[in-house]
Amino acid sequence: MKISILVNEGPYTHQASDSAYQFTKAALEKGHEVFRVFFYNDGVNNGTRLTVPPQDDRNIQKNWSELAEKHKLDLVVCIAAAQRRGILDEGEAKRHGKGDGAANIAPGFRISGLGQLIEMGIESDRLVVFGD
Amino acid sequence: MADAAKTPPAKPAKAAPKKFMYVNRRAPYGTIYALESLEVVLIGAAFDQEVALAFIDDGVFQLTKGQDTKPLGVKNFSPTFRALGDYGVTKLYVEKESLQERGLTIADLQAVTYEDENDGFKEKPSIQVLTRAEMGAIMQKQDVLLNF
Repeated sequence: MKISILVNEGPYTHQASDSAYQFTKAALEKGHEVFRVFFYNDGVNNGTRLTVPPQDDRNIQKNWSELAEKHKLDLVVCIAAAQRRGILDEGEAKRHGKGDGAANIAPGFRISGLGQLIEMGIESDRLVVFGD
Repeated sequence: MADAAKTPPAKPAKAAPKKFMYVNRRAPYGTIYALESLEVVLIGAAFDQEVALAFIDDGVFQLTKGQDTKPLGVKNFSPTFRALGDYGVTKLYVEKESLQERGLTIADLQAVTYEDENDGFKEKPSIQVLTRAEMGAIMQKQDVLLNF
């Protein structure tokens, strides 16, 4: 089955991101295709490389990045939601004059528009929403 | 005509549009969910899908008339609902029980209308009040439910 995932909450405060990660991992292990994972609302905060959680806790961002690398997952962060919350890639950091090194998008994530969310609703057999 | 035999390869049939429903469950202010839901609706309207909005729980407050956000210092986005008709978004379902539980009636909601191009561009109301059971039945028919 072709599945897409929408994550609407940030890491740590809410269970949503952990659940979405576990669901995505399980779906891939079962042999399903994951068309895309889209991060919206505070969900975009899953895609910053700057989180430093305690060492005895899970690293949610790293979990996503590693899963993306292993399975060639498409992790997309909504641009409008990301700009509100200070998640930038190189291009956006430059465009908004935020200075060198301001880009904080984590490995395996990319920033794109809401059209990507609609597209995955159209293209997938199931769109599973994780939120509060 | 020799060429007539060479029929061009059939174009892949255009997939039928899917039914998208945006489920608005939260008050318009206090959190960003209502605003960011509306942003998805506006972008999504360009994709030629069947779109409906559901307003349940505190989400019914999103459509109340006379919203004034000046003291809050945040943008009042409620006029945007009245523009949805121009985007081809003409189905705004409001749950009757959610209204009643909050002491509201349809008279407390702003008028949202659209021009029906299949009926001489007659102006028609976009808002329909449905019972909880009717809302559930409509949700069951959707292909994609986005919860905000």
